[in-house]
Amino acid sequence: MERHFRIPVSEEKVRSLRVGDVVYLSGVLVTGRDQVHRRALQYLREGKTLPMDLRDGALYHCGPIMIEKGGEWRVYGFGPTTSARMEPVEAEFIERTGVRFIIGKGGMFERTTEAMGRLGAAYLAHPGGVSVLATRSVKRVKDVHWLDLGIPEAMWVLEVEDFGPTIVAIDSHGSNLYIDVMRKAEERKNSILRSLSI
Amino acid sequence: MNLEESLESCVVRMMEVAAFNVSPDVTKALRKALDREESDVAKINLSAIVENIEAAKQERKPVCQDTGTPTFFLKIGEDFPVKAKIHEILRRAVRRATKEIPLRPNAVNPWTLENSGDNTGRMVPIVHVEIVEGNSLELTYLAKGGGSENTVQLFMLSPVLGVNGIKKAVLEAIYRAGPKPCPPVVVGVGVGGSSELCLKIAKRAALRPIDQPNPDEKLRNLERELLDMINSSGFGPMGLGGRTYALAVHVDWAHKHPASLPVGISTICWALRKSVAKVHSDGSFEILAPEVV
Repeated sequence: MERHFRIPVSEEKVRSLRVGDVVYLSGVLVTGRDQVHRRALQYLREGKTLPMDLRDGALYHCGPIMIEKGGEWRVYGFGPTTSARMEPVEAEFIERTGVRFIIGKGGMFERTTEAMGRLGAAYLAHPGGVSVLATRSVKRVKDVHWLDLGIPEAMWVLEVEDFGPTIVAIDSHGSNLYIDVMRKAEERKNSILRSLSI
Repeated sequence: MNLEESLESCVVRMMEVAAFNVSPDVTKALRKALDREESDVAKINLSAIVENIEAAKQERKPVCQDTGTPTFFLKIGEDFPVKAKIHEILRRAVRRATKEIPLRPNAVNPWTLENSGDNTGRMVPIVHVEIVEGNSLELTYLAKGGGSENTVQLFMLSPVLGVNGIKKAVLEAIYRAGPKPCPPVVVGVGVGGSSELCLKIAKRAALRPIDQPNPDEKLRNLERELLDMINSSGFGPMGLGGRTYALAVHVDWAHKHPASLPVGISTICWALRKSVAKVHSDGSFEILAPEVV
């Protein structure tokens, strides 16, 4: 089913999603990959607040290309990075921030799936590399935090309109499309190996 | 314009053409794959990919925000007037291209994590050199993304395993890569040589145009068999399920030590950005591929 959501989004809306649904997002999207996770968790563990409240929001695993012209930032390249790198810390990140959507590519696994079920969040798979389509959906760059981490690593706050298509790959009911595909592939592996007579 | 300036301009142009254009043979294969897919998820992924390729070309924007690690394969004619200085000219061109296009700076010091900011650094850009006959220089440029470089693998097999061992290694590499390298990928397989040589010829084999068949019939059959084997995994586009995980498998080989069987497996994401150019000793140059209008 194709769904269009506006961020911030309620837990109830997120829980109505099932793996395979196609989602387009409008509203505020925040980027964050390796370094944002590291610093944000350090802040939250120490009881400090983040420069941007992520409750009911959407976090995009993305290291963009940005250009500054006349004191204003413009997006030049904007697409998902490999989410698996954030797997060790994402469950804690969701729990501490209250974020509802994690967007990326390449999938996330058991710990994140468990946390999403418990806390009412979902993982949206954005096709890797579709930078120009993603850039088209950006209405404006609202803000940037932690620019000292470098342009791709900083926390960019962007207003988007109909960002997508994204596919619900982990829902809040324990289903994970990547794990399903992997399991089926594992089942096929033995018959492939047998056909090679190994 | 002197020869050194021509060479620099040629490289900047090659990098720009590659950043905005997925190789046409790959684009064609992606369109064919879209026709073959049946599941909605696979179709959505491939449609977005094909649409994005057109959009990048029209808007003259990088196809993917990861504009890659600049990698060059050079064939330097023995009578081409510029030789050792080529390295410095390439560095200059990479700096200029990074600023002018612009590209994302992707050269980081592994110890300090400092980003050089211009895609150059110690041993970067990555340059492979071959000396050939003649008086011209042929350059192949590859903008290789991090996601698909991270899934490249080396197997040092026991020679007793033979061809079946090679097939099993390819399958193993694909299962470990799963959704990570942004499939559909092109897979290069390098057999023999040594540990470093098999990986190098694997990457170079992946750059052979998809519509250019392997001249060796036995290898052509092996490539087809490996492609069917990989796609029957069902990983599909982006690892979310479907019929197309790989668009092509290309095999190259070298003689090997009797006690070794090195196998290198190089994956390249669907955003396969490469360009080929020839520079003549009078300073004229042609971009041979991709053809862009």
